[in-house]
Amino acid sequence: MQHRRKMRYTAAFLLLGIGVLAAVALNVCIGTVEIPLADILSSLRGQTIQNERILWDIRLPRTLAALILGGALALAGYLLQTFFHNPIAGPFVLGISSGAKMAVALVMVFLMGRAVRVSSTAMIAAAFLGAMLSMGFVLVMSRKVEQMSMLIVSGVMIGYICSAITELVVTFASDAQIVNLHNWSRGSFSGMTWEQVQVMAGVVAVTSAVVFLLSKPLGAYQLGEAYARNMGVNIRLLRALLVVLSSFLSACIVAFAGPVSFVGIAVPHLVKSLLGTAKPILMIPACFLGGSVFCLFCDLLSRILFAPTELSISTVTAIFGAPVVLWVMIRRRQERTA
Amino acid sequence: MMKYYFSTEKMSVGYHGQPLIENIEIALDKGEILTLVGPNGAGKSTVLKSIARQLSLIGGTVCLDGKDVEKMSGTQLSQNMAVVLTEKLRTELMTCEDVAASGRYPYTGRFGILSDADRLAVREVMELVRVTDLKDQDFTRISDGQRQRVMLARALCQAPQILILDEPTSYLDVRYKLEFLSLLQELCRKKGLTVIMSLHELEFAARISDKILCLNGKYMERFGSPEEIFTPGYLSHLFSIETGSYDEENGTMELEPAGGEPKVFVIAGGGTGRNVYRRLQRQGIPFVTGILFSNDLDYPVARALAAEVIEAEAFEPITQTCLERAKKRLVECERVICCKDSFGTFDRANEELLAYAKHIKPQLIVQTNFEVIELDQKEQNKSQEQKDHDKFNSVTQKSKVENQNQTHNVRKEGIAPINQKR
Repeated sequence: MQHRRKMRYTAAFLLLGIGVLAAVALNVCIGTVEIPLADILSSLRGQTIQNERILWDIRLPRTLAALILGGALALAGYLLQTFFHNPIAGPFVLGISSGAKMAVALVMVFLMGRAVRVSSTAMIAAAFLGAMLSMGFVLVMSRKVEQMSMLIVSGVMIGYICSAITELVVTFASDAQIVNLHNWSRGSFSGMTWEQVQVMAGVVAVTSAVVFLLSKPLGAYQLGEAYARNMGVNIRLLRALLVVLSSFLSACIVAFAGPVSFVGIAVPHLVKSLLGTAKPILMIPACFLGGSVFCLFCDLLSRILFAPTELSISTVTAIFGAPVVLWVMIRRRQERTA
Repeated sequence: MMKYYFSTEKMSVGYHGQPLIENIEIALDKGEILTLVGPNGAGKSTVLKSIARQLSLIGGTVCLDGKDVEKMSGTQLSQNMAVVLTEKLRTELMTCEDVAASGRYPYTGRFGILSDADRLAVREVMELVRVTDLKDQDFTRISDGQRQRVMLARALCQAPQILILDEPTSYLDVRYKLEFLSLLQELCRKKGLTVIMSLHELEFAARISDKILCLNGKYMERFGSPEEIFTPGYLSHLFSIETGSYDEENGTMELEPAGGEPKVFVIAGGGTGRNVYRRLQRQGIPFVTGILFSNDLDYPVARALAAEVIEAEAFEPITQTCLERAKKRLVECERVICCKDSFGTFDRANEELLAYAKHIKPQLIVQTNFEVIELDQKEQNKSQEQKDHDKFNSVTQKSKVENQNQTHNVRKEGIAPINQKR
């Protein structure tokens, strides 16, 4: 049994690793301009190749952004699901993404109107504030309502309210700003710069490392708070950390790519089925890799399906993610009746 | 002053700073079992949670082995105290072995990876609790009884000195209840584990506990050994039992006796009457029974269910006054049921009573040894009179008729099978 499990974990991680590498390669190679893999390898070795600017200025930052943010998104979803003991919680359904989006939109319109360049850090800070605002509201609601479904409903409502405010801001913004805001508010990995990639890599790396260090108390927390407390877990601190970390991850995604739906819910479940366990120490890295593969894959589709027109990333993630959510709900019902 | 292994001093428990129960004083030696009893909402869980530091204390201290529990670090606490709570353990894709192994938490390192020593400890505990067979089964797919054992295994994996259990037997059937409690007893004897738990089953509480703590929702009423606690009438008081009765000495309970004037006289003794009493209770027929010695097997049930018990002092011959009283009551009844088919030397009075019944009212229904004697005409008239008396009240009248039908059943189906069985 022990041996079989280890084999399965190894196989799962190998699969995810290969998946990430393959997805990165495909994302870099495929596009309106095809870049052969050989060219990329030689460019990495410092040789000059055709389409070098496309590779280095457009494809690579975008691919890396999808990789980092996808992982962060899946991780944020996993943390929220653990926090609320709710299998369909995620930054998008709980309205945290929308809260972050609203804050960023407000800051962008306000600052751009004064012709101030908005830095990545400022964007993240704004998004974080917005995320915390929504999260605070969800927390208040979670105290008042016991039912899982009601929590989700209240999250969706917060999402709508925040989106409405964002729309309002966009409506009254000037034309140039609207174009900018519109693309971003629909969610997209396009137009990433190296500077942004650096910031997001730093933030996500630190946050994920902290999350990984929490895997032991998280495992105890999963069993229920009372038992975790008995095992010596500082519940208050852990809960606070979970709120901050998941908001931070969600904020980071929204600040750079706008709201991206369903990755946060779907990926943890797919990864869990793949691993056959819910142990955080395995789930945390696996979720990150899974989220990367999922987002890279969806981003690729959004670029090439109707090229040269680009779809918003959420359009594609919803198509693949929503059925997973339905599947999760059906399976849970079956488990309950079994 | 003697030093106790576990003690609480002036402990006050409650929620949100509001004390629910104050001044709880518990003193236990190592290896003892303490059971908390009390009605629903009496604060049993609150006390358990407060001891286990799930709830912060409002006042006082809890001491384990000379150390203040409140001042222990989380890890220290979890290495000394384990819990089995009513809250369900949430698991996802976890086998029973995983669940048990989660109890090793306080002994694992930064990332909670089990060492070989941990695995060995888990295996030993699972063997001890006899759940080794379940180790590869999913925790959500086993029965309640098995689940409770796995939960116990999980708690024991913490290698605790003291175990806190909140209603551990509530959802178990009688076999699992006995198994589970026997297991606890074994652990206390062999490993010197101290147990604090709450139980709803008073009969088990009286048998397994070294100490019992009675809570009534306002304060701690009694603390002591089962013999001190289970005094006659105390539990009826603690649980405010108004309908039916609980017999502290035997751990049995009876439903509410039928009210009204007794209609049937039951001659019983030596355990022959208990089931007849209960049958009469089910049919709502009030009765008198006798003559019973005060140490008779039938006596506790008779006390709980009969309108009157004609009783005689144990180990003494039945007195003439007692017999006379029985005869007097017998005449007043409509019918007589005799449960005995033979009478011993000290039971001559009952034999005489039966002979008297046959003599004085030969037509009275006397059921003994498959003999049925028809209802006396005069008695029928008497009940007719009674009915007439109640005529103005149609509801009462109806119930009387029903009663008559029911008593008919006693004769036809009710009593006969009992005798046949014997």
